[in-house]
Amino acid sequence: MPRIVRRERLVPNIHLLEVEAPEIARKCRPGQFVIVMPDARGERIPLSIADWDRDRGTVVSVFQAVGTTTRKLALLGAGDALAIFAGPLGLPSEVGPFGTVLCAGGCYGIAAIHPLVRALREAGNRVLVLVDVKADYLLYWRDRLEPLADEFIVSSRDGLYGDTEFVGRRVRDILGREKIDRVAAAGCTYFMSSVAEATRPSGVKTVVSLNPVMVDGTGMCGACRVTVGGRTKFACVDGPDFDGHLVDWAELYARRRSYFDDEVRSLCAWEEERFP
Amino acid sequence: MSEQRKVPASLAEEVLAEFEKDWRRELRKAVPVKERMKIARRPMPQRAPEARNRDFDEVNQGLTAEEAVLEARRCLDCAKPGCVAGCPVGIDIPTFVKLVEVGDFAAAAAKIRQANSLPAVCGRVCPQETQCEETCLLKKASGVAVAIGNLERFVSDTELAGGGAVVPGTPPPTGRKVAVVGAGPAGLTVAGELARLGHRVTVFEALHDAGGVLVYGIPEFRLPKSILVAEVAYLVRLGVEFRMNFIVGKTATIEDLRADGYEAFFIGSGAGLPNFMKVPGENLVGVYSANEYLTRVNLMRAYDFPRYDTPVFPGRRAAVIGGGNVAMDSVRTAKRLGAEKALIVYRRSRMEMPARIEEVHHAEEEGIEFHFLTVPTRYIGDERGRVKAMECLRMELGEPDASGRRRPVPVPGSEFITEVDLVVVAIGQSPNPLIAQTTPGLAVGKWGTIDVDWATMATSIPGVYAGGDIVRGGATVILAMGDARTAAAAMDKRLRDGGAG
Repeated sequence: MPRIVRRERLVPNIHLLEVEAPEIARKCRPGQFVIVMPDARGERIPLSIADWDRDRGTVVSVFQAVGTTTRKLALLGAGDALAIFAGPLGLPSEVGPFGTVLCAGGCYGIAAIHPLVRALREAGNRVLVLVDVKADYLLYWRDRLEPLADEFIVSSRDGLYGDTEFVGRRVRDILGREKIDRVAAAGCTYFMSSVAEATRPSGVKTVVSLNPVMVDGTGMCGACRVTVGGRTKFACVDGPDFDGHLVDWAELYARRRSYFDDEVRSLCAWEEERFP
Repeated sequence: MSEQRKVPASLAEEVLAEFEKDWRRELRKAVPVKERMKIARRPMPQRAPEARNRDFDEVNQGLTAEEAVLEARRCLDCAKPGCVAGCPVGIDIPTFVKLVEVGDFAAAAAKIRQANSLPAVCGRVCPQETQCEETCLLKKASGVAVAIGNLERFVSDTELAGGGAVVPGTPPPTGRKVAVVGAGPAGLTVAGELARLGHRVTVFEALHDAGGVLVYGIPEFRLPKSILVAEVAYLVRLGVEFRMNFIVGKTATIEDLRADGYEAFFIGSGAGLPNFMKVPGENLVGVYSANEYLTRVNLMRAYDFPRYDTPVFPGRRAAVIGGGNVAMDSVRTAKRLGAEKALIVYRRSRMEMPARIEEVHHAEEEGIEFHFLTVPTRYIGDERGRVKAMECLRMELGEPDASGRRRPVPVPGSEFITEVDLVVVAIGQSPNPLIAQTTPGLAVGKWGTIDVDWATMATSIPGVYAGGDIVRGGATVILAMGDARTAAAAMDKRLRDGGAG
């Protein structure tokens, strides 16, 4: 079973998980994800790959502790085993000489966008990194992203970075200020749809890394279907990257919320069992 | 699905040699045909419908030893057994049945195992009525075939209860490494066959339990997981290695594995891409593919939520679209999860339903409603994006289509709306593209199925073989196993001949 090498809290509720997975480390590319299940009674969930070390054979994911699975993961530590850590899944992000690219990350997406930032930079692009946090103390990985970025911008709602607006306003400011050739966004559905709405009027190509509910992650079940440009796509095999201007966001919101009541029930049951 | 095949000469010879043995002659003489024909087919003991449609315990309870012997006595031991020709894996059926009749159940089990690595599975899920039992002489003579499937199940269950199959003495290891992609019926069969011949076999499986459709698709009430666990344990005893959570095409490609020293490959990755009808509202919350619905319940054990973490919508009024075995499994699952109404919505009539007759009967007994000649045209959602109703159209049967079945044609103006809060779309699957996408040079057909030479199951890449749903598009467990047997023989030959060709 895959062994955890490191699990640490980066900021409140956001954790880093580094797992021994030499095959995945050898193969993975920016934009791909793994399917993780913490224990035999667990649920399979997708986590974006945030980094890897091909020499040590390890893969890093960053997740927010919200539901039962992520709460379980947050209690594990170095040496613990996971029931499943499988991948790398999904199609890698498109990387090319685009010109100036704005990479926006929110929440776990700050880490998820990291491999793409690195690859775009290596491909010779001018890369602007925009990270969105609710407040100053939730900012992480500045030390990793800032050196990779031509410009590092923080949007935060506590005013500490000169603004109290959500990410959309920042995106519009940047688009008004200079020519952006491409935008990439990773984070919660609301974050990604906000970025896509902000860029829609200008028509700048905006790629979003969707994170719908998945079960197997290999195209077998269709839980992750999203409507893109009027056609049903499976995020696990056709994505997870899609054109943010073509995604049916309302449908995705509804499908993301499918199991809201069950998630609460599951969490309550687990808490009662785990912390009697 | 009926496929009358020519019995290979070697098998025909073997069957004849057994037929002519003294004990068989004596047994034929001991009980006259007339006496044999007087015995009625022994019924399969079943749990009462109103009890079983509330839980996931197995419906069929299996024959007792006495009943099995009596059932075996019905077999006329005919000189030209049609049953053998009807079996896709070529089991010497008369010999195993007669061994049951004389009470040597262990020998019967060993006989089946010569041709079938998963007898306890096949005894439960094979469509015998269109295979071995369809071509049974007794069926022609009296209308009611020998219950070959029930006997196969009895024999292998007896073997499992006694601690499982004895591992045969294997030949010295050949040192040749074989990679099997997918731990479904085809992959497990290839693994068993090649391990028995001394090759070093590793099975790579994308999911966390072995079995493929047998574990994620077929419910506990039809095929208990313990059966599969026992069959897999036997393969492990044979020396087969399992690498779970390993997605060939992603975690490593066929070429990567070749670089790791694997010399022969079998792709049995299945038909893992669910089809939808592409009607409006199909992405509403509460509309599932059968694959997702069954995977949540079977593999992830959502029936035991929240003890297990994976949820599933129970559904008060559940509609399952389709008429195959997967549709029957889905609708009976919905009933067990508490649906007040569980409906099958099928566009043709009862006559054309592809599901096994036994599954249809069981579903009817359990209170499933059948709506024939009906097709959904759109799903209607509530303000939260959840399905609350579906619009259907009535059909009538027109001229026969390519499949020989009468084509359903819409009745104009027959639209009606019915309330549903759970929909399961069980209209078939397409081959999973992951391996074809990542294996340059692998020839693929129009529908994404891998092209093979049917005599050997060899693909366009030397040393790479394929079988089951990934080449057939969507068939049965036993046909997949038949492909696997063919492939295993060709792979063994190739490995022994030194890897050329």
